[in-house]
Amino acid sequence: MVETKIRVLVAKPGLDGHDRGAKTVASVLRDRGMEVVYTGLHQTPEMIAEAAMQEDVDVVGLSILSGAHMELFPRVRDELVKRGMGHVLLVGGGIIPSDDMRKLESAGFAKLFGPGTRTDDIGAYIEAEMAKRRARNAAS
Amino acid sequence: MRPARGTAVPAPGTACSPRSSKPLKDQADTVVNGLVARFRAGEKAALARAISWAENGSPEFAGFLREVYATVGRAWRTGVTGPPGAGKSTLVNELAKVLRARARTVGILAVDPSSPITGGALLGDRIRMEERTSDPGVYIRSMASRGSHGGLSRAASDACDAIDAFGIDEILLETVGVGQAEYDVVSATDTVLVVLCPGAGDGIQAMKAGILEVADVLVVNKVDLPGSDRLLLDLEEAAHIRHAGRSAWIPPVVGCSAGKSQGIEDVVAALERHRQHLEAAGLDAVRAEKRVAQVQRVLQERLGAALWSEGGQGRRARTLLAAGRTPYDVVDELAAALVGALRGAG
Ligand SMILES: Nc1nc2c(ncn2[C@@H]2O[C@H](COP(=O)(O)OP(=O)(O)O)[C@@H](O)[C@H]2O)c(=O)[nH]1
Ligand SMILES: [Mg+2]
Repeated sequence: MVETKIRVLVAKPGLDGHDRGAKTVASVLRDRGMEVVYTGLHQTPEMIAEAAMQEDVDVVGLSILSGAHMELFPRVRDELVKRGMGHVLLVGGGIIPSDDMRKLESAGFAKLFGPGTRTDDIGAYIEAEMAKRRARNAAS
Repeated sequence: MRPARGTAVPAPGTACSPRSSKPLKDQADTVVNGLVARFRAGEKAALARAISWAENGSPEFAGFLREVYATVGRAWRTGVTGPPGAGKSTLVNELAKVLRARARTVGILAVDPSSPITGGALLGDRIRMEERTSDPGVYIRSMASRGSHGGLSRAASDACDAIDAFGIDEILLETVGVGQAEYDVVSATDTVLVVLCPGAGDGIQAMKAGILEVADVLVVNKVDLPGSDRLLLDLEEAAHIRHAGRSAWIPPVVGCSAGKSQGIEDVVAALERHRQHLEAAGLDAVRAEKRVAQVQRVLQERLGAALWSEGGQGRRARTLLAAGRTPYDVVDELAAALVGALRGAG
């Protein structure tokens, strides 16, 4: 009776005070059957990574609107790796120029979602990625 | 090598040929042993993975628990339950703060309901416990109640065992006090703290909901709000009517304001008194009975599933019902056949 669920941490690093977007994504993922841990505003990279580790999530989703993504996103990645959580599917979204998206995607982020992304596309992407990973793990 | 959550190796003796079952079992043992080593070294990530095994019902959990079971039983388990919005998470955070100030390590397990429709869950209790996130002496885990009834109590009590074996002193288990599943969960703890607040129903309603029956300590939170004096009096009266002359422990009623960090020491003092009471009354016997209840629940769950699926009971039931038999007659017939088969085998 093994029952698996996709567990996701949705977090907002940095100082911007708007979490409507993050909350919307969190509830869309919940409605797709995922278990979403939401940690609230103003999280430091250390807090996000620590929560991801304690919660043993499969996915970490970061949302940022302040423009500090090039400073904060890589630090979250570093803190995750430091805690042995380099395997999580790491995604991010917010107001991020496409140049920065590419840079982050070659620095350990699986995918960045720009403004105007449909939240259902985020959900579908996570499901597809997790299905691939689980198939790979089952085969090994 | 590290399998993702739930891509578990089948339990020994299931679903694989005798030839392939041996290496698969070895592989599972290696995974379990690797985790146990990291767990013993104090890696929180290993504790986190063990809890994932527990909540997924992965076969690795049984092997893990066997390895660490000798160290289970040192933690004190406090269940915190009550209606949504009563302030349970806020109070758990405050309790953790006081316990940490006394140099006790704290494990928090916060259970929130899963959607019965989609199976998803939004787990937001950590927001109120944010100050504790970076404290090395604290571990916080959110858990969704998921589908099955027995599943939640099994996963939650397994998670408590893992946290306990990790060497943590105090476990705070938060559940929304709504149904039988949550009732089973909190009754597996040592001390049950029921949190109410003014506006979320008076003492009489609490009595109707059966919430007083599970409470070892009754907390009225939000005493900064009007109506709390009345609720305190109602609950004291109700607790006395229910328990006086009948039990050695009458649940104390304590007021606090978790949101304002007031009265938390009084709550901790009440928890301590209950602990002393249980220790004087024979804690080992009480805990042993709870383990028996756990075995009974898990056994019933497993037998129920095994009998229904493997016996072809569904097919037989459909045939009998289609022939116009009442559900009770069908049950009688199926049960008689099963008991007969067991007798024949025994
Ligand atoms: N006025 C007041 N509000 C409180 C107090 N404790 C918690 N709250 C608020 O009650 C709401 C629910 O709290 P939460 O801890 O999430 O409740 P839970 O659903 O029982 O876990 C939040 O908005 C809290 O800020 C208190 O002592 N006084
Ligand atoms: Mg809560």
